Amino acid sequence: MTISFLLLAAITITGTAAAMSLKNLVHCVLALTLGLVGLAALYLRLGAQFVGFTQILVYVGAVAILAAFAIMMTRSAEPSELSRSSSIRFSGTLIALMVFAVLAWAICSGTSALQVPGPQPEASVHQIGLALMHLFVLPLEVIGILLTAALIGAGVLAMDETRRAQ
Amino acid sequence: MTPMSAYLLLSALLFSIGLAGALTRRNAILVLIGIELMLNAANLNFIAFWRYGPHPEALTGIMFAIFSISVAAAEAAVGLSIILAVYRHSRTTDLDQMNSMKG
Amino acid sequence: MPEMIDQIFVLLKHWLMAYVPGTLQPIASAVLSVVPVLIAFPLLFAITTVLERKGLGRMQNRYGPNRVGPFGILQPMADGIKSLTKEDIIPRTADQAVHFLAPVMLVIASFLVYAVLPIGKNMVIANLNTGVLFFFAVGSMVELSVFMAGWSSRSKYSLLGAMRAIAQMISYEMPLVLASVVVIMAAGSLSTVTIVNMQASYTRIWPHWYVFTPWGLTGFVLFMIAATAESNRCPFDMPEGESEIIAGYYIEYSGFKFALFFLGEYLGMFATSAMAITLFLGGWAAPFSFLTWIPSYVWFFAKLLTIIMAFIWIRGTLPRLRMDQLMNFAWKFMLPLSLINIVGAGVWHFMPAGFARWLIVSLLVVVSCALLSRGLRRGKSFYVRTYRFAS
Repeated sequence: MTISFLLLAAITITGTAAAMSLKNLVHCVLALTLGLVGLAALYLRLGAQFVGFTQILVYVGAVAILAAFAIMMTRSAEPSELSRSSSIRFSGTLIALMVFAVLAWAICSGTSALQVPGPQPEASVHQIGLALMHLFVLPLEVIGILLTAALIGAGVLAMDETRRAQ
Repeated sequence: MTPMSAYLLLSALLFSIGLAGALTRRNAILVLIGIELMLNAANLNFIAFWRYGPHPEALTGIMFAIFSISVAAAEAAVGLSIILAVYRHSRTTDLDQMNSMKG
Repeated sequence: MPEMIDQIFVLLKHWLMAYVPGTLQPIASAVLSVVPVLIAFPLLFAITTVLERKGLGRMQNRYGPNRVGPFGILQPMADGIKSLTKEDIIPRTADQAVHFLAPVMLVIASFLVYAVLPIGKNMVIANLNTGVLFFFAVGSMVELSVFMAGWSSRSKYSLLGAMRAIAQMISYEMPLVLASVVVIMAAGSLSTVTIVNMQASYTRIWPHWYVFTPWGLTGFVLFMIAATAESNRCPFDMPEGESEIIAGYYIEYSGFKFALFFLGEYLGMFATSAMAITLFLGGWAAPFSFLTWIPSYVWFFAKLLTIIMAFIWIRGTLPRLRMDQLMNFAWKFMLPLSLINIVGAGVWHFMPAGFARWLIVSLLVVVSCALLSRGLRRGKSFYVRTYRFAS
């Protein structure tokens, strides 16, 4: 465990935990960006430069902004006093803790064959591009169709119903 | 060097945080964010397994992460526009008050 | 000898590095690369403010600043001292932490993007494999800081300004990225250093800049329009329209924080202009092969200043757009045209070199441009508006 890993992990966990527990929704979104930037830094640390920067571009540049827009348009920026009943909160947290316990148990008791990383693998943009165009060309096309459908669908859904009826 | 189990534990913790948020928060936007967090935890796993696995030159983990990020982006866009549409209809984003379909 | 002057900063860094003990080498190397950039671009900001005010003044038949120093060139110093000594007012209802973090984040994000911009031959802070992606990823953090500034001020005007700014930035980010895709296709790399090296060769005296191809020219024009919108410059300065929402998202900021916003905005403008230079105008490469004896960084800053001049000129000339015109232009004209441009670059790549591909790609771009602008104009009639004054 190196210091840089612990620091980045702490940033990620603090950010995401704050995003899930703060009262003010805008604060939640800002904390979420902090956590996701920490996660992107972890990707960079693992040698996945392309994925790390894509993560920042997509999550900070698009998803966080979208969420902020949704918060503004649904007027939910004011912290709502009513929170869910304490029994739901308690059971939800308990379920999450149990899931974490099971996962942690599985990880700790799993094989330790993969504990030491091999030599730094080459993952240049060039190779990722080649892989996308050869082996993964079908998923790429499907993702293209999915994104187009999502773009159009999101536009139609968010459009005013009176305008859609015309 | 950091052992892989550290990354896996971090990812498990991230997943549980997302799950806890999705289960306990009332606001639909936050529930969506919780689901995004769970997807991100899976991405971290993909990258960690790619880096520590026996065949990093195959780039499979990277590809999975890229596709998963794109799917998550599409999901966020559609999810948030659904929330907007529901808000226009029922004037709330509170999941407890969206009960008009309750039998 | 020209080689020597060209590489003088690189040699200077190597010379200084020899005096640094081994354990401190990485840190010293980083500091020696970053500090010159941290000095050069804020200095350029100071020069630009005075140039802009004087240039706009000339265009509007007035003098501009001419009191501080000879010809008013010390005006930025006076401005800086003024903004440092002004009272820093935070609105009572503002969200203190977010209100403070917004300008800091804006400036950090604006500085970070300079890491991948090659200022001269062998002069880049980090030659990243994914340079262009890094540029756009970090550049998108600016939007978030704009949102933070607008929301945390708890003022109608700043929230309106922030929402306008974000809507505009998101809409124009897509043409911006898509316009640069053609260059990435041609260079086959996301690394800014490789992209410049690809353009730094000559056929006889003419350079191989990407702007001298039909798709490159279209891409450059699209990129510059989108860059104007990204940096909230006139004619896309809706978010800070002085006559309607006063100053947009930073209306509630005063003193030094206001100066930080100003700095961040100009740094963003320089960065996108520098990216345009890197992608389309050959970066630090000289425009003619017989001019390569002039150092590369001189060429880079000459190109940058030329583009800044163009920005100032545009600001002095064009009126502000309306919000719906702005959005229509982004989504119905820029986005389709940049997609068609990508097709054009593909056609160019697969056709044999010669006159035929020039003709075909130019026709493709020109015809689609004409059709798209017709579509944009449909149902509207334009006429010259004449103003009658009371006589």
